[in-house]
Amino acid sequence: MWSYTLKRILQGIITVWFIATATFVAMHNVPGDPLSSDRAANETIRANLEARYGLDRPLFEQYLMYMGNMLRGDFGISFTQQNREVNDIIREHFPVSATLGVLAVVFAALGGILMGALTALYRNRLPDYIIMFLVILGISVPSFVFAALGQLSLVNLNAMMGFSVLPVAGWGTVSHMLLPALVLGLGTMAYLTRLMRSSMLEVISSDYVRTARAKGVPPARIFTRHQLRNAVMPVITVLGPAIAAITTGGFVVELVFAVPGLGRYFVQAVQQLDYTVIMGTTVFYGTFLVFMVILVDLVYGWIDPRVRLK
Amino acid sequence: MKPDRSVDSRLLSAAGRQLIVFTLISLLGVAVLMFALNWLAGLTSSAAGGSRAAVDVEANTITTYLRDEPPQMNSMIATDAVSGMILNHVMEGLLRYDQFGNLEGAVAERWEQNGSEITFWLREDSLWSDGQPVTAHDFVFAWRNALSPAIGSQYAFILYPVLNAEKVNNGELPLESLGVEAVDDRTFRVTLETPIAYFDRMVAFVTFLPAREDFYNATNGRYGADPHEMLYNGPYMMTSWVHGSSLRLEKNPYYWDDNRGLIEVINFAHMTSDPNTLLNLFKDKQIVMADLGATMLDEAMLQGWQIQSFQEGTVFFIEFNHRDERLTRNLNLRKAFYLAQDSGELVNRVIKLPGYLPGESLFPVWLRGVDDSLRDEFPAPVYERNIELAREYLQRALDELGLEQLPQMTLLTGDTPTSRMQAEYYQEVFKRNLGVDVIIDSQIFRQRLEKMTQGEFDMVMAGWGPDYDDPLTFADLFTSWNLNNRGRYASDALDAQVRIAQSSLDTEERMRAFGEIQRLIYEDVVIIPNYERGYVYVTDPRLRGMVRRVIGAEIDFTYAWIEE
Repeated sequence: MWSYTLKRILQGIITVWFIATATFVAMHNVPGDPLSSDRAANETIRANLEARYGLDRPLFEQYLMYMGNMLRGDFGISFTQQNREVNDIIREHFPVSATLGVLAVVFAALGGILMGALTALYRNRLPDYIIMFLVILGISVPSFVFAALGQLSLVNLNAMMGFSVLPVAGWGTVSHMLLPALVLGLGTMAYLTRLMRSSMLEVISSDYVRTARAKGVPPARIFTRHQLRNAVMPVITVLGPAIAAITTGGFVVELVFAVPGLGRYFVQAVQQLDYTVIMGTTVFYGTFLVFMVILVDLVYGWIDPRVRLK
Repeated sequence: MKPDRSVDSRLLSAAGRQLIVFTLISLLGVAVLMFALNWLAGLTSSAAGGSRAAVDVEANTITTYLRDEPPQMNSMIATDAVSGMILNHVMEGLLRYDQFGNLEGAVAERWEQNGSEITFWLREDSLWSDGQPVTAHDFVFAWRNALSPAIGSQYAFILYPVLNAEKVNNGELPLESLGVEAVDDRTFRVTLETPIAYFDRMVAFVTFLPAREDFYNATNGRYGADPHEMLYNGPYMMTSWVHGSSLRLEKNPYYWDDNRGLIEVINFAHMTSDPNTLLNLFKDKQIVMADLGATMLDEAMLQGWQIQSFQEGTVFFIEFNHRDERLTRNLNLRKAFYLAQDSGELVNRVIKLPGYLPGESLFPVWLRGVDDSLRDEFPAPVYERNIELAREYLQRALDELGLEQLPQMTLLTGDTPTSRMQAEYYQEVFKRNLGVDVIIDSQIFRQRLEKMTQGEFDMVMAGWGPDYDDPLTFADLFTSWNLNNRGRYASDALDAQVRIAQSSLDTEERMRAFGEIQRLIYEDVVIIPNYERGYVYVTDPRLRGMVRRVIGAEIDFTYAWIEE
């Protein structure tokens, strides 16, 4: 177990290093740089700026410097927001994305498990048809459509009621995050519903359920202990990556609902070629993703010894 | 084997009951979770205290939005419009523009230009937000600092008319040799490199704002990073700034000119540029104003909102690549392209937003001439669309170039949906009217700039906005020495006219030079003018006196009031 854990962590570190290096190389090979602006700088101004950011040194030296700072946990100062450290940006804005993400995942997991179980129980009956139709919608319609539609309905609802039922956009209370979280979690919820349904169907017709019935185990106990519990395993497996994906992929939802999350910095940094923010957010997100995957692997190895042995 | 029906239905009803129980438990769990999250989210709130309504008459408060997080509140370094807008509310320079766009004294009571020497006399009652008076030393410090090589300000060039500014900026001369002097606490004297006629109008720009040395040094390089790390001398003070989320301005108790009836609190509660979100927030009465897109006009009219439009001052055009190795160096080819299109069609059929004006000149309509508008005094010559003639010019160009057929031309443009849409219009028009294949090279902002600088284009969709209130801010764009002249157009005649406009102190002579520059750009087809950008926006009917400006703050609430 220990050697397995150690091996996975070592692999993770190499992956993160690779992500950082690849990003660094790619970023510096894109034409243009963060210091160019629509007011072309003369040599003097340009040189002053380059010296201030250390961009006048050879690329390899910049790379070593950058990696050294990164090891010490210092991502540097943003080019576009020259008074803010990238660490501050991550520290201030990741909790927002994470809060939204956690709520979205909770919605998705609970909704997915409950609806999946429901559709499996009522297979080929009306509830199954309705939910599976909605699931197809949830999977195929992109989140920005749901976001825009949700917001529009909210505006109309508020206008109809004559007072603010839920705020249309912004951040600060739970009422602000209900709709964005729901929208953000919708795709995952639909996916989990399908996953839960198929795994539940498999379990229902399994031998141990039949044995339990034959033994005369009470139906409620069969459902919770034998069916639900076994069926939920694959759902838990995909939850780890799903948390990472939702937390990092909320850019559109954050934009539409004016949520001050990290997603917007991630995307804007790429557009603005803000070197330090690109590196900081990519490495941070990369580490986060890798960590989630390792966590799932470890939990999996703990549950199922066969995984460890391979 | 057939399953026993009764066992199945018993299982089903038991499972159904269990599911209901689980649902209830989940809901309870979610409720508890939300309670915890509520506390967490309060830490990064956008509601930043106070009311959430667009207008609070009682508290004399308005709520609105920012397009973006202001990147830089240090006036010596700031370059962008959002920071400029906030700075205009919290700081005040020597001079400012009133609600009608006329230059007037701000910190300076009066000023006088005598050749290359300008003296500003500062008012006694202009105070910093800690109660100390604003002095001439604060301007000396800020101007020197903006030029200091260590600061590396991108807008340092705007101070270059001041004596020795460029040499100070590149480190050849010490900061002290800059041509600024505090004669006494309330007399500030500027010496210019050469006498110029428009320096007073530049002084209203953010880079010329004051800063107090002792306070600046005490912030350890974090000046302007947070509300308490800034000292204000304008009508407002920043009292809270949750990065990426909200920003709150409150009236500055030390401000001298407070009998204007300033609004107490301006709450920028949202930072987003999504037009649909803004429209929804406006509809929900959460913000006092919102810009509209073309598709939103019908609804706005239906709702009976106050719709207003204004030209924000930027000119957009197709710039040709005039480098030697490019085919677009050929004048007849450029003429052919110009004649094949119609900027009116672009504005009325493609952009479809009121407020936009079809482009006719490099000089926008709002520029002032001798007594009237520059464009009235010197009407812009234009080529009317003439497809026959365009094809003739194309043929002539092909003959001159010794080509059978024109190879594919590259049109460089931005990556936003609007810029792509406009590029597609030109692609279609050039194909239909000239039979020329144009490929669209759509790039993100910084990469487009790099490609422009490197000359990797035949045509590029570009734009230019003013830095100060004088036609020269446009006129010198295509001089041989201007680094922003990315198509590398070069003409001695144009350079000569720009030199006249720069150095002459006679308004009429300067305006004639601008007229001449306009004609040269037309005759040489340096650009194809596309449009002057406009904004269409709605405001809450209770908000009065909001000013939108071409120069300086694009939105100015310092002359606004609330009417019940």
